[in-house]
Amino acid sequence: MTTLLRISNVSKEYKMDGVVFQALDNVSLSIKKGEFVAIMGPSGSGKSTLMHIIGCLDRPTSGKVYIEEHDIFTADDAELAEIRNTHIGFVFQQFNLLRKTSAISNVELPLVYAKVSPKERKERARAMLIEVGLSEKMGNFPSQLSGGQQQRVAIARALVTKPSIILADEPTGNLDSKSGRDIMTIFQNLHDKGSTIVLVTHDEDVAHHAKRVVRIADGKIISDGKPSKRT
Amino acid sequence: MNFAEYTKLAFNALRTNKVRSLLTMLGIIIGVSSVILLVSIGTGLQNYVTEQFASLGSNTIMVMAGDVDVSQGPRGAMMSASKFEISDASDLESGSDAIKQASPMVQGFGTFSYDGNTVSTEVWGLWENYFDLAKYEPEYGRIITQNDVERSRRVIVLGNKPSTDLFGEGVNPVGKKLTLNDIQFEIVGVIKSKGGGGAMGSADDFTAIPLTTAMRQFNQDRPFMIFVEANGPDDVAQAQQDAERILARRLKDDEFTVLESTQLLETITQFLNVITAALGGIAGISLLVGGIGIMNIMLVSVTERTREIGLRKAVGATPRDILMQFLIESVILSLFGGAIGIGLGALGALGINQFVTTSVTLWSVLLSFGFSAAIGIIFGVAPAIRAARLDPIEALRYE
Repeated sequence: MTTLLRISNVSKEYKMDGVVFQALDNVSLSIKKGEFVAIMGPSGSGKSTLMHIIGCLDRPTSGKVYIEEHDIFTADDAELAEIRNTHIGFVFQQFNLLRKTSAISNVELPLVYAKVSPKERKERARAMLIEVGLSEKMGNFPSQLSGGQQQRVAIARALVTKPSIILADEPTGNLDSKSGRDIMTIFQNLHDKGSTIVLVTHDEDVAHHAKRVVRIADGKIISDGKPSKRT
Repeated sequence: MNFAEYTKLAFNALRTNKVRSLLTMLGIIIGVSSVILLVSIGTGLQNYVTEQFASLGSNTIMVMAGDVDVSQGPRGAMMSASKFEISDASDLESGSDAIKQASPMVQGFGTFSYDGNTVSTEVWGLWENYFDLAKYEPEYGRIITQNDVERSRRVIVLGNKPSTDLFGEGVNPVGKKLTLNDIQFEIVGVIKSKGGGGAMGSADDFTAIPLTTAMRQFNQDRPFMIFVEANGPDDVAQAQQDAERILARRLKDDEFTVLESTQLLETITQFLNVITAALGGIAGISLLVGGIGIMNIMLVSVTERTREIGLRKAVGATPRDILMQFLIESVILSLFGGAIGIGLGALGALGINQFVTTSVTLWSVLLSFGFSAAIGIIFGVAPAIRAARLDPIEALRYE
């Protein structure tokens, strides 16, 4: 299958108070179309940095990153914004919905930056909200929605641009277990329909939904394979 | 993203914080309305003075004896001994196409008493054409005629003020007698009031007798100044040049000065311009303070909305998109503030108009509107750049 994401020999260094901190150390990884990958690791392991690089929010210090044909290393900020807009669908732990903005307007947001006409925006956002089961809540503000519903709005927002990769950062971290399971079911369904999903988590149960688990520690990939059996 | 989208976005953001938006606009509202108000007062003052001068005859040129400095005013001429002849007036009238008429004047002083009231005032010795030249019309009776001048009649025309002071308001004194230096004069007319007067002294405080009578009365054989009227406002400059040329044939350079009344007006107008600019400038400072208020609030707003900015960037907003979003927000704040300020300022000017003449000028409206737009851009740029430069990762983490 087509390789969507190719990371080769990527290192990322941060300078904090004059001390160089190696967040990623010569990491290589490729993700194919349709894969459901979980990236796991303790905090400080570099998994967030890896996620930022996959999500085109950050550039590596050295190494190559390609999303489809786009070279992330040489892209400027405006080009990165466009790549994020068309290729990446973000789902955050904190939902990150705009307050005092209706669910449907929140879903429309990426399409606004994709220069889609208002009419088409509305139609596509509506379709996405129906798909995540929120047809009744389109006009509600985030404050009028439960955590699980808010996260579903966020998923609809991530899907609305038909991105190459859905990048979810601890999507169940702020939810109760029931809502968390519902959200994971949605991801499962999306994967069954052929979406490429990258899930960043430290929760083994959540990672178990994925078909491939990449474990990272001290900035290095320590294992890459099928999820371990549940105990 | 296009302009309409940015504008919609900005309006939504401002609506979300109605009270804050209004308070932020208040600085601009106060600034713009005080610019409009103060400039309207300054302009009103200028219009008032200009009108007063126009009522004295803006086509009028004064020929004075000696070397007169404009800044000293027309009365400086009284100090120099006159070398004019009556014939100079006739020469001026016949010597230039730009000159409509010339009128020589002799000036003296008189004290008049009637029925226990006493007034001291100027006595002008005039030709009959002076009244047309200076736009004086009789309220009662008549003005001095050619016949009066030719026969040196002992008739007197009163200005509105001495007439009122001697006989009371609304009383027609025509036919009554007044004594000037032991000689009786018959009152033949009272001149309609011009009101005000201002820089030239009251236009109503004088008496007039025929020139010939006055020369005998005051023992003067020369007119002390000559009034010249140009054919129209466009002929004033030409008339002034011609008058100088004609008089220079007979008189030395320092024996006469030809003064346009607009020159005096210009001096006063210049002074009032400075005052208007100063008033506008003071108000402009409050506009500046309003701009700083906008910058302050926009900086707070950027900090408050850090996560929103981070999210917008994550879903595809370019730095330019973010910059425009915040910039347009501050421009809308200042433009709305400006519009409200113009409305309030004009309303205030209308209110003050009952006490002081005010005039709201287009330039002050355009200037303060343009200025408030500029303030929105200038003071909006710094917060907008800060927002545009935010690192999306840091912004999304911001608590």
